[in-house]
Amino acid sequence: MSKRAVPEINAGSMADIAFLLLIFFLVTTTMDVDTGIIRKLPPPVEDNQEDIDVKDRNVLKILVNSHDLLLIDGERGDVRMLKDKVKDFMALHPDNESYPEIKPKLIEELGKEVMVSKGVISLKNDRGTSYGMYIQVQNELARAFNEMKNDKSLQMYGVKYTQLVDDKKIKIINKLVPVPISEAEPENVGGE
Amino acid sequence: MSRFKKDSKKETAAINTSSLPDIIFMLLFFFMVTTTMRETSPKVKTKVPEATEIQKLEKKSLVSYILIGPPINKRLYGDNSRIQLDDQFATVKDIGEFVARERQARNEADRNKITTSLKVDQSTKMGIVSDVKQELRKSSALKINYSARRAGKSN
Repeated sequence: MSKRAVPEINAGSMADIAFLLLIFFLVTTTMDVDTGIIRKLPPPVEDNQEDIDVKDRNVLKILVNSHDLLLIDGERGDVRMLKDKVKDFMALHPDNESYPEIKPKLIEELGKEVMVSKGVISLKNDRGTSYGMYIQVQNELARAFNEMKNDKSLQMYGVKYTQLVDDKKIKIINKLVPVPISEAEPENVGGE
Repeated sequence: MSRFKKDSKKETAAINTSSLPDIIFMLLFFFMVTTTMRETSPKVKTKVPEATEIQKLEKKSLVSYILIGPPINKRLYGDNSRIQLDDQFATVKDIGEFVARERQARNEADRNKITTSLKVDQSTKMGIVSDVKQELRKSSALKINYSARRAGKSN
Protein backbone atom coordinates (compact mmCIF):
# COMPACT_ATOMS: atom_id res chain seq x y z
CA MET A 1 0.00 0.00 0.00
CA SER A 2 2.81 2.30 0.71
CA LYS A 3 4.19 1.57 -2.72
CA ARG A 4 4.54 4.55 -5.01
CA ALA A 5 1.97 4.99 -7.75
CA VAL A 6 2.95 3.40 -11.04
CA PRO A 7 4.13 6.18 -13.34
CA GLU A 8 1.85 6.87 -16.26
CA ILE A 9 2.96 5.53 -19.62
CA ASN A 10 4.08 8.36 -21.80
CA ALA A 11 1.53 8.53 -24.58
CA GLY A 12 2.98 11.61 -26.20
CA SER A 13 4.36 9.70 -29.16
CA MET A 14 1.07 7.99 -29.80
CA ALA A 15 -0.05 10.99 -31.80
CA ASP A 16 3.02 10.75 -33.96
CA ILE A 17 2.38 7.11 -34.67
CA ALA A 18 -1.19 7.88 -35.60
CA PHE A 19 -0.01 10.74 -37.79
CA LEU A 20 2.35 8.41 -39.60
CA LEU A 21 -0.47 5.98 -40.25
CA LEU A 22 -2.73 8.78 -41.41
CA ILE A 23 -0.16 10.10 -43.84
CA PHE A 24 0.50 6.59 -45.09
CA PHE A 25 -3.18 6.15 -45.94
CA LEU A 26 -3.45 9.58 -47.44
CA VAL A 27 -0.57 8.86 -49.76
CA THR A 28 -1.39 5.32 -50.77
CA THR A 29 -5.10 5.62 -51.38
CA THR A 30 -4.87 8.18 -54.14
CA MET A 31 -8.04 7.79 -56.07
CA ASP A 32 -7.07 7.05 -59.61
CA VAL A 33 -9.18 9.16 -61.86
CA ASP A 34 -10.28 7.32 -64.94
CA THR A 35 -9.51 9.11 -68.15
CA GLY A 36 -10.41 8.30 -71.68
CA ILE A 37 -12.15 9.21 -74.88
CA ILE A 38 -15.83 9.76 -74.27
CA ARG A 39 -18.15 8.73 -77.07
CA LYS A 40 -21.84 8.27 -77.47
CA LEU A 41 -23.16 5.14 -79.10
CA PRO A 42 -25.98 5.46 -81.59
CA PRO A 43 -29.32 4.26 -80.25
CA PRO A 44 -30.34 0.76 -81.23
CA VAL A 45 -31.87 0.53 -84.68
CA GLU A 46 -35.04 -1.20 -85.65
CA ASP A 47 -34.59 -3.98 -88.11
CA ASN A 48 -36.88 -2.58 -90.73
CA GLN A 49 -35.09 0.70 -90.94
CA GLU A 50 -33.90 1.64 -94.40
CA ASP A 51 -30.37 2.59 -95.09
CA ILE A 52 -29.96 6.28 -95.49
CA ASP A 53 -28.31 7.13 -98.76
CA VAL A 54 -25.49 9.54 -98.38
CA LYS A 55 -23.81 10.95 -101.44
CA ASP A 56 -20.38 9.63 -102.06
CA ARG A 57 -18.75 13.03 -101.95
CA ASN A 58 -20.17 13.57 -98.48
CA VAL A 59 -18.47 10.57 -96.97
CA LEU A 60 -14.90 10.12 -95.86
CA LYS A 61 -14.37 6.41 -95.58
CA ILE A 62 -11.81 5.18 -93.11
CA LEU A 63 -11.12 1.48 -93.13
CA VAL A 64 -8.84 -0.38 -90.76
CA ASN A 65 -8.00 -3.95 -91.60
CA SER A 66 -6.91 -6.83 -89.43
CA HIS A 67 -3.26 -5.94 -89.94
CA ASP A 68 -3.94 -2.46 -88.53
CA LEU A 69 -3.45 -0.88 -91.94
CA LEU A 70 -5.41 2.20 -92.81
CA LEU A 71 -7.32 3.04 -95.95
CA ILE A 72 -8.52 6.64 -96.17
CA ASP A 73 -10.97 7.22 -99.01
CA GLY A 74 -9.46 4.46 -101.10
CA GLU A 75 -5.85 5.34 -100.48
CA ARG A 76 -3.35 3.70 -98.19
CA GLY A 77 -2.77 6.09 -95.38
CA ASP A 78 -1.04 6.59 -92.11
CA VAL A 79 -2.53 7.53 -88.75
CA ARG A 80 -0.45 10.66 -88.65
CA MET A 81 -2.02 12.11 -91.76
CA LEU A 82 -5.53 11.28 -90.66
CA LYS A 83 -6.03 14.46 -88.66
CA ASP A 84 -5.18 16.78 -91.54
CA LYS A 85 -7.25 14.72 -93.96
CA VAL A 86 -10.27 15.01 -91.70
CA LYS A 87 -9.79 18.72 -91.16
CA ASP A 88 -9.41 19.28 -94.88
CA PHE A 89 -12.47 17.16 -95.59
CA MET A 90 -14.64 19.02 -93.11
CA ALA A 91 -13.57 22.44 -94.35
CA LEU A 92 -16.20 24.39 -96.26
CA HIS A 93 -15.64 24.54 -100.02
CA PRO A 94 -19.04 25.40 -101.47
CA ASP A 95 -17.92 25.43 -105.10
CA ASN A 96 -15.60 22.48 -105.15
CA GLU A 97 -17.20 19.26 -106.35
CA SER A 98 -14.73 17.03 -104.58
CA TYR A 99 -15.64 18.36 -101.16
CA PRO A 100 -18.83 17.57 -99.28
CA GLU A 101 -21.94 19.62 -99.81
CA ILE A 102 -22.91 22.29 -97.37
CA LYS A 103 -26.25 22.99 -95.83
CA PRO A 104 -27.70 25.80 -93.78
CA LYS A 105 -28.25 24.99 -90.14
CA LEU A 106 -30.26 27.10 -87.75
CA ILE A 107 -28.41 27.88 -84.57
CA GLU A 108 -31.03 28.99 -82.07
CA GLU A 109 -28.54 30.61 -79.73
CA LEU A 110 -27.26 32.82 -82.53
CA GLY A 111 -30.68 33.28 -84.08
CA LYS A 112 -29.46 32.75 -87.61
CA GLU A 113 -28.60 30.11 -90.10
CA VAL A 114 -25.02 29.12 -90.56
CA MET A 115 -23.52 26.98 -93.31
CA VAL A 116 -22.16 23.70 -92.11
CA SER A 117 -20.64 20.80 -93.97
CA LYS A 118 -22.76 17.78 -94.79
CA GLY A 119 -19.70 15.59 -94.54
CA VAL A 120 -19.80 12.35 -92.62
CA ILE A 121 -16.86 10.30 -91.49
CA SER A 122 -17.46 6.63 -91.82
CA LEU A 123 -15.24 4.43 -89.72
CA LYS A 124 -15.14 0.75 -90.36
CA ASN A 125 -12.85 -1.76 -88.83
CA ASP A 126 -12.28 -5.45 -89.05
CA ARG A 127 -12.97 -7.80 -86.19
CA GLY A 128 -9.26 -8.51 -86.18
CA THR A 129 -8.19 -4.90 -85.78
CA SER A 130 -6.35 -4.35 -82.56
CA TYR A 131 -7.95 -2.12 -79.97
CA GLY A 132 -4.79 -0.04 -79.71
CA MET A 133 -5.06 0.88 -83.38
CA TYR A 134 -8.76 1.62 -83.06
CA ILE A 135 -8.08 4.05 -80.21
CA GLN A 136 -5.31 5.67 -82.21
CA VAL A 137 -7.76 6.32 -85.03
CA GLN A 138 -10.44 7.54 -82.62
CA ASN A 139 -7.88 9.77 -80.96
CA GLU A 140 -6.81 11.32 -84.26
CA LEU A 141 -10.44 11.96 -85.16
CA ALA A 142 -11.04 13.55 -81.78
CA ARG A 143 -7.92 15.64 -82.26
CA ALA A 144 -9.12 16.88 -85.64
CA PHE A 145 -12.48 17.92 -84.26
CA ASN A 146 -11.00 19.48 -81.14
CA GLU A 147 -8.70 21.55 -83.29
CA MET A 148 -11.62 22.63 -85.44
CA LYS A 149 -13.55 23.63 -82.35
CA ASN A 150 -10.54 25.55 -81.11
CA ASP A 151 -10.20 27.39 -84.40
CA LYS A 152 -13.87 28.26 -84.43
CA SER A 153 -13.79 29.43 -80.86
CA LEU A 154 -10.70 31.56 -81.44
CA GLN A 155 -12.32 33.07 -84.46
CA MET A 156 -15.60 33.84 -82.71
CA TYR A 157 -14.65 34.60 -79.13
CA GLY A 158 -10.89 34.98 -79.21
CA VAL A 159 -10.30 32.20 -76.71
CA LYS A 160 -9.64 28.51 -77.09
CA TYR A 161 -12.51 26.06 -76.84
CA THR A 162 -11.04 24.50 -73.75
CA GLN A 163 -10.97 27.88 -72.05
CA LEU A 164 -14.57 28.74 -72.76
CA VAL A 165 -16.58 28.96 -69.57
CA ASP A 166 -19.91 30.17 -70.83
CA ASP A 167 -22.21 27.19 -71.38
CA LYS A 168 -24.02 28.96 -74.14
CA LYS A 169 -20.84 29.60 -76.08
CA ILE A 170 -19.79 25.98 -75.66
CA LYS A 171 -23.15 24.91 -76.99
CA ILE A 172 -22.86 27.18 -80.00
CA ILE A 173 -19.43 25.86 -80.86
CA ASN A 174 -20.65 22.29 -80.46
CA LYS A 175 -23.47 23.02 -82.85
CA LEU A 176 -21.22 24.75 -85.35
CA VAL A 177 -18.71 21.93 -85.30
CA PRO A 178 -20.67 18.71 -85.10
CA VAL A 179 -18.83 15.42 -84.82
CA PRO A 180 -20.38 13.28 -87.55
CA ILE A 181 -18.62 9.98 -87.02
CA SER A 182 -20.54 6.96 -88.13
CA GLU A 183 -19.30 3.54 -87.22
CA ALA A 184 -20.23 0.60 -89.34
CA GLU A 185 -20.54 -2.88 -87.98
CA PRO A 186 -17.18 -4.53 -88.30
CA GLU A 187 -16.52 -7.15 -90.90
CA ASN A 188 -14.78 -10.37 -90.35
CA VAL A 189 -12.34 -10.65 -93.19
CA GLY A 190 -9.00 -11.11 -91.57
CA GLY A 191 -10.33 -13.30 -88.80
CA GLU A 192 -9.80 -12.74 -85.12
CA MET B 1 11.69 36.60 -6.85
CA SER B 2 9.00 35.09 -4.93
CA ARG B 3 7.16 34.32 -8.11
CA PHE B 4 10.06 32.33 -9.52
CA LYS B 5 10.38 30.49 -6.34
CA LYS B 6 6.84 29.50 -6.55
CA ASP B 7 7.35 28.17 -10.08
CA SER B 8 10.26 26.02 -9.21
CA LYS B 9 8.32 24.56 -6.40
CA LYS B 10 5.22 23.58 -8.32
CA GLU B 11 5.42 23.13 -12.11
CA THR B 12 2.62 24.47 -14.21
CA ALA B 13 0.53 21.62 -15.40
CA ALA B 14 1.30 20.65 -19.03
CA ILE B 15 -1.58 20.72 -21.42
CA ASN B 16 -3.15 17.34 -21.44
CA THR B 17 -2.43 15.85 -24.83
CA SER B 18 -3.66 12.41 -24.09
CA SER B 19 -6.69 12.92 -26.32
CA LEU B 20 -4.57 13.98 -29.30
CA PRO B 21 -4.00 10.40 -30.49
CA ASP B 22 -7.72 9.82 -30.34
CA ILE B 23 -8.38 12.81 -32.53
CA ILE B 24 -5.77 11.68 -35.02
CA PHE B 25 -7.12 8.15 -34.96
CA MET B 26 -10.54 9.52 -35.73
CA LEU B 27 -9.11 11.35 -38.73
CA LEU B 28 -7.31 8.19 -39.76
CA PHE B 29 -10.45 6.10 -39.61
CA PHE B 30 -12.36 8.75 -41.48
CA PHE B 31 -9.90 8.55 -44.36
CA MET B 32 -9.69 4.80 -44.21
CA VAL B 33 -13.43 4.50 -44.49
CA THR B 34 -14.09 7.15 -47.10
CA THR B 35 -11.31 6.26 -49.48
CA THR B 36 -11.99 2.57 -49.67
CA MET B 37 -12.15 2.02 -53.33
CA ARG B 38 -14.55 -0.70 -54.22
CA GLU B 39 -11.75 -2.26 -56.12
CA THR B 40 -12.55 -5.39 -57.95
CA SER B 41 -9.51 -7.54 -58.12
CA PRO B 42 -8.69 -7.64 -61.80
CA LYS B 43 -8.65 -11.03 -63.42
CA VAL B 44 -7.66 -9.73 -66.80
CA LYS B 45 -4.69 -7.66 -67.81
CA THR B 46 -5.79 -4.26 -69.04
CA LYS B 47 -3.00 -2.11 -70.34
CA VAL B 48 -5.10 0.62 -71.85
CA PRO B 49 -3.79 2.39 -74.95
CA GLU B 50 -2.34 5.86 -74.97
CA ALA B 51 -4.18 8.86 -76.30
CA THR B 52 -3.83 12.61 -76.26
CA GLU B 53 -7.42 13.80 -76.51
CA ILE B 54 -8.59 12.37 -73.24
CA GLN B 55 -11.09 13.70 -70.77
CA LYS B 56 -11.55 13.02 -67.11
CA LEU B 57 -14.56 11.08 -66.01
CA GLU B 58 -16.24 13.36 -63.60
CA LYS B 59 -18.54 11.45 -61.29
CA LYS B 60 -16.89 8.29 -60.19
CA SER B 61 -20.04 6.93 -58.66
CA LEU B 62 -21.78 7.11 -62.02
CA VAL B 63 -19.25 5.00 -63.84
CA SER B 64 -19.48 1.29 -64.32
CA TYR B 65 -16.53 -0.62 -65.59
CA ILE B 66 -16.22 -3.36 -68.15
CA LEU B 67 -12.80 -4.91 -68.36
CA ILE B 68 -11.62 -6.76 -71.41
CA GLY B 69 -8.23 -8.29 -71.83
CA PRO B 70 -6.15 -11.44 -71.71
CA PRO B 71 -6.53 -13.30 -68.40
CA ILE B 72 -3.77 -12.84 -65.86
CA ASN B 73 -3.78 -16.51 -65.05
CA LYS B 74 -2.84 -17.77 -68.49
CA ARG B 75 -2.39 -21.39 -67.47
CA LEU B 76 -5.94 -21.64 -66.27
CA TYR B 77 -7.84 -19.46 -68.69
CA GLY B 78 -5.71 -19.29 -71.82
CA ASP B 79 -4.53 -16.36 -73.89
CA ASN B 80 -7.70 -15.11 -75.49
CA SER B 81 -9.20 -11.85 -74.33
CA ARG B 82 -12.08 -12.25 -71.93
CA ILE B 83 -14.65 -9.94 -70.45
CA GLN B 84 -14.71 -9.25 -66.74
CA LEU B 85 -17.76 -7.78 -65.07
CA ASP B 86 -17.57 -6.97 -61.39
CA ASP B 87 -15.43 -9.74 -60.01
CA GLN B 88 -15.83 -12.54 -62.47
CA PHE B 89 -15.44 -13.58 -66.05
CA ALA B 90 -18.47 -13.07 -68.21
CA THR B 91 -19.64 -13.49 -71.73
CA VAL B 92 -21.15 -10.96 -74.09
CA LYS B 93 -24.62 -12.20 -73.17
CA ASP B 94 -24.18 -11.13 -69.55
CA ILE B 95 -23.74 -7.46 -70.46
CA GLY B 96 -27.45 -6.72 -70.59
CA GLU B 97 -27.96 -8.09 -67.14
CA PHE B 98 -24.90 -6.26 -65.88
CA VAL B 99 -26.22 -2.94 -67.20
CA ALA B 100 -29.58 -3.56 -65.56
CA ARG B 101 -27.87 -4.37 -62.28
CA GLU B 102 -25.74 -1.24 -62.44
CA ARG B 103 -28.87 0.80 -63.08
CA GLN B 104 -30.63 -0.81 -60.13
CA ALA B 105 -27.79 0.17 -57.86
CA ARG B 106 -28.08 3.86 -58.71
CA ASN B 107 -30.56 6.51 -57.74
CA GLU B 108 -33.48 6.79 -60.03
CA ALA B 109 -32.46 10.29 -61.02
CA ASP B 110 -28.97 9.21 -61.96
CA ARG B 111 -29.87 6.15 -63.96
CA ASN B 112 -29.57 7.74 -67.36
CA LYS B 113 -26.32 9.42 -66.46
CA ILE B 114 -24.33 6.25 -66.09
CA THR B 115 -21.19 6.11 -68.18
CA THR B 116 -19.77 2.75 -69.06
CA SER B 117 -16.03 2.80 -69.07
CA LEU B 118 -14.41 0.21 -71.27
CA LYS B 119 -11.05 -0.75 -69.92
CA VAL B 120 -9.69 -2.72 -72.79
CA ASP B 121 -6.20 -4.06 -73.25
CA GLN B 122 -4.54 -2.56 -76.28
CA SER B 123 -3.75 -5.93 -77.82
CA THR B 124 -7.37 -7.02 -77.77
CA LYS B 125 -9.03 -7.56 -81.12
CA MET B 126 -11.92 -5.31 -82.02
CA GLY B 127 -14.31 -8.22 -82.55
CA ILE B 128 -15.06 -8.72 -78.87
CA VAL B 129 -15.16 -4.95 -78.26
CA SER B 130 -17.71 -4.48 -81.04
CA ASP B 131 -19.84 -7.27 -79.60
CA VAL B 132 -19.80 -5.53 -76.25
CA LYS B 133 -20.68 -2.23 -77.87
CA GLN B 134 -23.59 -3.76 -79.73
CA GLU B 135 -24.81 -5.31 -76.51
CA LEU B 136 -24.55 -1.93 -74.74
CA ARG B 137 -26.54 -0.33 -77.53
CA LYS B 138 -29.24 -2.92 -77.13
CA SER B 139 -29.53 -2.18 -73.45
CA SER B 140 -29.39 1.57 -74.13
CA ALA B 141 -26.23 2.23 -72.20
CA LEU B 142 -25.09 4.72 -74.77
CA LYS B 143 -22.59 6.83 -72.89
CA ILE B 144 -19.31 5.08 -73.09
CA ASN B 145 -15.73 5.92 -72.40
CA TYR B 146 -12.77 4.27 -74.01
CA SER B 147 -10.39 4.24 -71.13
CA ALA B 148 -6.99 5.55 -72.16
CA ARG B 149 -4.00 6.99 -70.45
CA ARG B 150 -2.30 10.23 -71.30
CA ALA B 151 0.38 9.71 -73.91
CA GLY B 152 3.83 9.57 -72.46
CA LYS B 153 2.66 8.63 -68.99
CA SER B 154 3.22 5.07 -67.93
CA ASN B 155 0.44 3.53 -65.98
